[in-house]
Amino acid sequence: MRKTVLEAAGLHRSYGSVRAVDDVSFRLSEGGSLGIVGESGSGKTTTARIVVGLEHADSGRVVIHGRDRGDRRRGRAERLARAREVQMVFQDPFLSLDPRTTVGGALRETLRLHFPGADHGRRITELLDQVGLGARESDALPRQLSGGQRQRVAIARALAVEPAVLVLDEAVAALDVSVQAQILNLLGEIRAETGIGYLFITHDLGVVRCVTDEVIVMRHGRIVESGPTARVLAAPEHPYTRLLLESVPRPGWDPRRIAEARRAL
Amino acid sequence: MNTLDIQALRLRLPGTARPVLDGVDLTVGARETVALVGESGSGKSLTSRSVLGLLPPGASARGTVRVVGDDVLAMSPGQLRVLRTGTAAMIFQDPRAAVNPMRRVGDFLTESLRLNARMRKEAAEERAVRMLEAVGLTAAALRAYPGQLSGGMLQRVVIAAALMGDPALILADEPTTALDVTTQAEVVALLGELRESFGTGLLFVTHDLGLAAAISDRVYVMYAGRIVETGPADELFARPRHPYTAALLDSTPRLDAPRGRLAAIEGRPPSLREELAGCPFAARCLYATDVCTRQAPALLPLADGPARLASCHHGDLVKENHR
Repeated sequence: MRKTVLEAAGLHRSYGSVRAVDDVSFRLSEGGSLGIVGESGSGKTTTARIVVGLEHADSGRVVIHGRDRGDRRRGRAERLARAREVQMVFQDPFLSLDPRTTVGGALRETLRLHFPGADHGRRITELLDQVGLGARESDALPRQLSGGQRQRVAIARALAVEPAVLVLDEAVAALDVSVQAQILNLLGEIRAETGIGYLFITHDLGVVRCVTDEVIVMRHGRIVESGPTARVLAAPEHPYTRLLLESVPRPGWDPRRIAEARRAL
Repeated sequence: MNTLDIQALRLRLPGTARPVLDGVDLTVGARETVALVGESGSGKSLTSRSVLGLLPPGASARGTVRVVGDDVLAMSPGQLRVLRTGTAAMIFQDPRAAVNPMRRVGDFLTESLRLNARMRKEAAEERAVRMLEAVGLTAAALRAYPGQLSGGMLQRVVIAAALMGDPALILADEPTTALDVTTQAEVVALLGELRESFGTGLLFVTHDLGLAAAISDRVYVMYAGRIVETGPADELFARPRHPYTAALLDSTPRLDAPRGRLAAIEGRPPSLREELAGCPFAARCLYATDVCTRQAPALLPLADGPARLASCHHGDLVKENHR
């Protein structure tokens, strides 16, 4: 069995009386890809934000390479080291990039913060090359790029600090299918080359099938099913997983039956 | 007579080198569900908005857009108001953006009938209750504020509002994109039922090929402002004849396709600032030859079946190679 890079154990998070995340545990092995699937309100995004550290869990632990993310870190160097463990790519790259900073500038800023003193020119070219961008894009502002190119920039910036885990929160949901396919292929290549682990948050089962090895299905804050992606999609055990699968439109699809099944569940 | 009949629609925007809609022909029959599929910038939303006479500022339009026989492009402001409040109705992607959060659902539903059709409050509310029931809600929703309803419920309210004026044609622009998959199924089921009970034609604008295949009778595929392929939904998706349709199908991560690398379409659609001499897809096309960059292919009938058309110089090759 491969080494575990990320482990979440017994995560809980409530907002008032709503249990957004309710006893969620999972592990991600080194170089693995774990999907979290669910609808709005399932708790998948809150779970991702707890892993990254944008949200605190009421209880439970997130451990990366054996070290608890919740441990008190002393000083700037330790906090930066924690930031390097996990990076995140959001759905809308336009909102996560500074409109006044060029692509190359954004990467340089990140590299300077984490690796001060070094010359970053070569590393920037290397990172851009890794995500299929060139010198022209390096000098461009975010608004001069297409949605797909912006998402490539966001991925390059996340990779800049060589994180152990990349959390992708609906990272391809806003892209056109032809561009989405480019990004999904790119993510596959990067994982094969670098051995980085992915935590892939999505509502799209087609995407899950394409880029994950393991999947957990969440509903109302709880994990209702988990296992190897191929098994869960081919032979779902929980009625909610079956409903999600049947809800994917295809020829001969019967939305009326799904609507009834949804009400029955 | 078709409910919607668009012929040779050309739309030019200021500061562009080529028309943003370039000779669009499209029809929707009574009780017919037609999907208009394309990626962002293909012109699918502009096409559906032109049906209501909603053109961008400075746009110049040529061609005809007939709704139940009347040309929208030649209508006076008064006639357009009648069209928009009665004959044709639009359902947008985001129901939260389509309603006023400060006003009750009942006011939202009855406003148009009371203002435009001068209907009395009681009569308008009675109709609102009937329409709410048609979309699976109850009269209780009349008193609710939008913030008290879920996204799926609110999209039902928006659909009920679209039905208030008894339209012949419903234009739905990505009406389920903002909804969860299981909610999407409910809304699609509802639209199907309404078509049967009210006899409306439906133009369904979407980027989702699977959804288009699942719900529509016929499909139009748009690329760079042109219709590149059309036909009955099942045939078009089983046997695409335009390289773009085939490539879109291959690049969609599907549950029934083999795993592994997706066949992405490299490059991106042509910019509006460039003129197009030949086929708009040529630069990204696996089948492109010299003729494709010189001469734009016409949308021609195929031998595959009735109502099947594609605009490709090499449609036969696509047929042989795809699956």
